[in-house]
Amino acid sequence: MNFFSEENLEHAKVIIRRYPKPRSAMIPLLHLAQEQSGWISNDAMVEIAELLGTTSAEVLGTCSFYEMFKRRPVGKYVVNICTTMSCALLGAGELMEHAERRLGVKSGGTTADGMFTIEGAECQAACTEAPCLQVNYRHRYRVTPDQFDSIVDELSSTDHDVPDHGVLSQVRQHIPEDRFVGTAPPEDVTSAPVWMHEQGSDQ
Amino acid sequence: MNHPLDCPVCDKGGECPLQDQTMAYGPGESRFVEEKRHYEKPIPISDLVDLDRERCILCDRCTRFADEIAGDPLIQFTERGSSTQVLTFPDEPFSSYFSGNTVQICPVGALTAAPYRFKARPWDLEQVESTCTTCSVGCRVAVESSRNQLVRYLGVDVESVNHGWLCDKGRFDYEAVNSDDRLVTPLVRDDHDQYQLLGTDWGSALARAAEAIKQAGPQRVGIIGGSRLTNEDAYAWAKLARAVIGTDNVDAQLGDGLPADVVLGLPTATIADACEADTVLIVGPDLKEELPILHLRLRVAATKGQTKVIEIGPIATGAEPYAQRSIRCRSGEAAKTLMALLESDDPLGDQLRDGSVVAVLGRASMAESATPALEVASVIRDRLPHATFLPALRRGNVRGALDMGLAPGILPGRTTIDDPSESLINRWQTLPEKAGLDTTAMLQAAATGELDTLILLGADPLRDFPDRNLAIDAFRQAKTVIAIDNFVTESVSHADVVMPSTAYGEQGGTTTNIEGRVSRLAQKITPPGSTREDWMIAAELAWRLGGDLGVGSREEIWCEIEQVAPSHAGVTIERICGPEGHEGILIQGSSIKPTLATPQEPPVVDGYGLRLVSGRKLWDAGTGVSHSPSLRHLAEEPTLKVHPGDLQRLGVSSGTAVRVISTRTTETLLAVADATILRGTAVLPFNQPGGGANRFIDATALVNDIRIETL
Repeated sequence: MNFFSEENLEHAKVIIRRYPKPRSAMIPLLHLAQEQSGWISNDAMVEIAELLGTTSAEVLGTCSFYEMFKRRPVGKYVVNICTTMSCALLGAGELMEHAERRLGVKSGGTTADGMFTIEGAECQAACTEAPCLQVNYRHRYRVTPDQFDSIVDELSSTDHDVPDHGVLSQVRQHIPEDRFVGTAPPEDVTSAPVWMHEQGSDQ
Repeated sequence: MNHPLDCPVCDKGGECPLQDQTMAYGPGESRFVEEKRHYEKPIPISDLVDLDRERCILCDRCTRFADEIAGDPLIQFTERGSSTQVLTFPDEPFSSYFSGNTVQICPVGALTAAPYRFKARPWDLEQVESTCTTCSVGCRVAVESSRNQLVRYLGVDVESVNHGWLCDKGRFDYEAVNSDDRLVTPLVRDDHDQYQLLGTDWGSALARAAEAIKQAGPQRVGIIGGSRLTNEDAYAWAKLARAVIGTDNVDAQLGDGLPADVVLGLPTATIADACEADTVLIVGPDLKEELPILHLRLRVAATKGQTKVIEIGPIATGAEPYAQRSIRCRSGEAAKTLMALLESDDPLGDQLRDGSVVAVLGRASMAESATPALEVASVIRDRLPHATFLPALRRGNVRGALDMGLAPGILPGRTTIDDPSESLINRWQTLPEKAGLDTTAMLQAAATGELDTLILLGADPLRDFPDRNLAIDAFRQAKTVIAIDNFVTESVSHADVVMPSTAYGEQGGTTTNIEGRVSRLAQKITPPGSTREDWMIAAELAWRLGGDLGVGSREEIWCEIEQVAPSHAGVTIERICGPEGHEGILIQGSSIKPTLATPQEPPVVDGYGLRLVSGRKLWDAGTGVSHSPSLRHLAEEPTLKVHPGDLQRLGVSSGTAVRVISTRTTETLLAVADATILRGTAVLPFNQPGGGANRFIDATALVNDIRIETL
């Protein structure tokens, strides 16, 4: 099991130390895995399970809950077309059909050149701007089929700086070591963790 | 909502809570007209359990059991949301020793057991409550049969023992009882061809056995085994040996347990005591492999914080994940380690001294003698006098057999041969004058020609005794070997007279678990062929030897036990069969004073040697597993596990064949590196298909060392 790069493995160990129990670091480590390879492979889940002292089934159970963790490789641009009520009433179905025709893949598929993945998504909280879609989790509002074509043309032609799909982990948290809770088992912790003291004194 | 209407073909139909609810409250016709979920069905999630996700109602019972009770969270809700489903990780099956319990607690037919699938309808099954005798924990089970075949065991929720859980071996080894390999007719060695066993009638077999016993004379007969027997059978054989044959050479344990005086004489604890004690000290075998439900009870108690578990032993065991501390020491040095712990300023020492302690005591390895365990017992008795003991013994009714006197120097009711009860003398008339030999001593005596006739009561010394070479010598030298068994084991195939006995579920009676809890066994099916119950064989032999056991049924035997065995006085059949018997009747107390050993320094391992550690696995080459078609393939071939550092030092790469040299033999085995193994130790499972560790072991040595060489 050598999924994580050496550097990321070190970082993973740092992340684990932030929490009272290693298992709590599961989601941050999944982000890290997605940051590294753009998606989360079975090998990644097995290694995360080993690092956290749990089973790969538990990692899978958590990982598969979140739509934004991708368990198969996705294109350079992930296009999420909202299919919930407002968008559906204002033509999300037609938009999706058009997108599928234009890109030649079904919803959930990735184009052969690895540029686009299209997905149907639940409400993206832009109901006033329906129908809406997201390109790599950045909103595009009131998208007509024609506009969709121009979005695709624009993305295909120019060289955009694309964040990896572990979008959130791009913004790495910087937590000073003295705020780490550490992984001492609860029975060995005689006083409350450091962060609780600080919170108390602030009030 | 998505549950399919496939009750007519579903195994759960007829005992399904969902079906019952629908029958009671639901409308006659479903209002659901939409398309239901479709999944591939069923998918095997382990070798024993199949999953039908269409039927699953997502109740979370199986996944919670796997995580919270069994400690094997290998099944999980995945794809949570509108397509939530229970799944394993790809290529990581739900290979838990307790997977069968999820089938029992599944409220619908989503989880089905592969061995039971499509075998029966619940309303065709007859059920009776009994006790599992696969290991010595004595879980209560409901035995179900159809057309005179055992088809299913279900765990019975008994507060004091198993809480409704069973291990997979106990749950599925009924297949062995139904097996076509069963021994169903007596066999005798052909006079003209010594390699041939011929079928015969009971009269001839019994006559030949009686003749061999008579010719040998009382001092030259030995009886080995008896842990497979019920209490009544064990009593009948104990009485036959002492009062009719006149020998005290009886031993229910195969040189792999603790001396009977120690088992019976130390202050005993119950499983519930252990789960409530401040500290449980495990010095013995891997409970997960050998006494799985005791492991489960301790695991649950420890994870809930009811007790703290400390284990001292040579290998990583199933207790490690929930233990407060796992202390590794070399095989044979547990007493030294415990002493050091108690003398150090480690807070564990105070925890042991100040709080209640239950010691789970047994032999950590088949490659060490009983002495290291006795040393530990003596340290505990001296330093922690408040501690009570739970013996970790191997085989089903071993405690009952010892209670009934199937051990040298021990008489029924936890008394010794020097101090028999008056009622016993009245009934038995005669007793041997002095204590006899234990299994090791009997095999040694047979090997040197001092014993002529060996009687095996469901024992297979060639595979099951720690020292195969000694057993081979004993078999070679003994004039007659009489075997009473369910199957043709390796030892049975070398016997001269073979008598088939009834198996589990084919006989009533009682059994006693490691706590000393007597509970009922139930007869559910008719035994095959001309098999007889073990007590009947004893009674027949007594008659042919000119004696009389004076008993004509199991009930009569129990009445006699109740009268002659001081510890069992007052435990009547009415009590055992009454409501009290559901939990089993706990019999504690004993007049025996145990002889313990003072700690001594075990021999030092030389620079090239590795100390051998050998324990049993749940899936082994024993009769229960090897005659159950669903379980047989779960037993793995043995590999020798050694620390990677040791392998490197010896110039061996992991996964290659090596020459393994002990004082007994030199053989080739596969060596595998395992970083969890202590340096200087080699681990080999005791009884796996393809060869047991007993080829390498000298049963008379305190500990056994081996050497490995490249080929």
